[in-house]
Amino acid sequence: MSRSTPLRGVHERLGATLTDFAGWQMPLRYGSESAEHNAVRTAAGLFDLSHMGEIFVTGPQAGEALDHALVGHLSILGPARARYTMIVNEDGGILDDLIVYRLDEDRYMVVANASNYAVVARELIARSEGYDARVTDRSDEYALVAVQGPRAAEILRGLTDADVDGLKYYAILPGVVAGAPALIARTGYTGEDGFELFVLNEHAVPVWDALTEAGRDLGLVPAGLSARDTLRLEAGMPLYGNELTSSATPFDAGLGRVVRFDKPGDFVGRSALERAAQDGATRRLVGLVARGRRVPRHGYPVTREGAVVGEVTSGAPSQSLGKPIAMAYVSEDALREGGLTVDIRGSHEPVDVVDLPFYRRSK
Amino acid sequence: MSSIPEDLSYTKEHEWVAGIDDGLTVTVGITAYAAEQLGDVVYVQVPETGATVAAGDAVGEVESTKSVSDIFAPVAGEIVETNSAVVDDPSLVNTDPYGDGWLFRVRVEGEPEDLLSAAEYGTLTSGES
Repeated sequence: MSRSTPLRGVHERLGATLTDFAGWQMPLRYGSESAEHNAVRTAAGLFDLSHMGEIFVTGPQAGEALDHALVGHLSILGPARARYTMIVNEDGGILDDLIVYRLDEDRYMVVANASNYAVVARELIARSEGYDARVTDRSDEYALVAVQGPRAAEILRGLTDADVDGLKYYAILPGVVAGAPALIARTGYTGEDGFELFVLNEHAVPVWDALTEAGRDLGLVPAGLSARDTLRLEAGMPLYGNELTSSATPFDAGLGRVVRFDKPGDFVGRSALERAAQDGATRRLVGLVARGRRVPRHGYPVTREGAVVGEVTSGAPSQSLGKPIAMAYVSEDALREGGLTVDIRGSHEPVDVVDLPFYRRSK
Repeated sequence: MSSIPEDLSYTKEHEWVAGIDDGLTVTVGITAYAAEQLGDVVYVQVPETGATVAAGDAVGEVESTKSVSDIFAPVAGEIVETNSAVVDDPSLVNTDPYGDGWLFRVRVEGEPEDLLSAAEYGTLTSGES
């Protein structure tokens, strides 16, 4: 049985194509996904991300408990700041990637992916045992509405008393948005400036409607998961289930920087990750740009002279580059030798390896 | 609801076939329903002109942001013409699936089988959406 967000009725009224995503009925697109993608790059898009999980960790030792449970150093995070981090198992395999917000001295909010938040909440509860900290999964109470794009600040500004312009990237502050209490974060998953608004379920529709109205003359459009996926891919951002899985460590994914060995005390996965850091990865996550027009997609083999040397994790036609792009795990040996191809349904199509991200917004 | 023109024939693979009644050369495309399901089409591969195909052969592909699907020959025969405009501008499949978004023409050999009427195709797609 699929679950619905508080905005399901709004999506249906807008004529959205709904799709099952991690057990939720979510909008895939409202009209043309390319138009939605371009609107976020040039103006703004409005997203329902209420399927994401919000887990609160509170108490005098909340920071220390998170230092032990996660790979990052959260106890030194400044109040009102956010950090991208991960939770791994004892073997160093990634259980989820997370954004942790420090709401105040002894209160954190951990935002987890829809497919994983139950596991994350369970692990946080188990791992915080012995710490003076309390873990509460409030995913069912919270909706998440994101406004993303170069005009996002302009759209949000008139709806809130909060200092939107003073809010830094990867920071959060409480405020009232269109009459509703909200946590306003300057974070996102699109490669653009933008905001994520955490509100209680009952406020989701009025907040969505107010943003829609405020953005009417500024090019704001509702945007679905299809656009979200191509936007994050262009921005080189990994997706759990594609680039990130329990069989990859943060080092495999090229995200070793999130692992903070310099923090005090032990943390879950430390010894396995120290070995992984020392050994070096035999494969690496890279960006690929196809020379032809056919698209390398999730699961397609990366090949060299007919032999399999890797696997595509995500791929899509890129609006911004005008060419198909992909992320893939490829063996270091093959990367050194070059001449890579992707087996696209039986034909080996040439690709070029490029640095991530594919797209970077102009400041 | 997507439109299903009365004067065309259809396949279970969501293609339309025009001109089946004159029995000589037919035009083939994908239906509005299929185009809606695919989303924005970004790449179309059509068969080679002159190729001989059997009904049900995979002869090309149509690729959108999220997925890729084979195009099948709905009838046996020889490919006599392909639509270069749709290769250059694949969005024609979305904007005009029954018109400028046509894909190829086949000179029919033998008796076509297993094609659906508009009513039958409507029944098929109403169960899927």
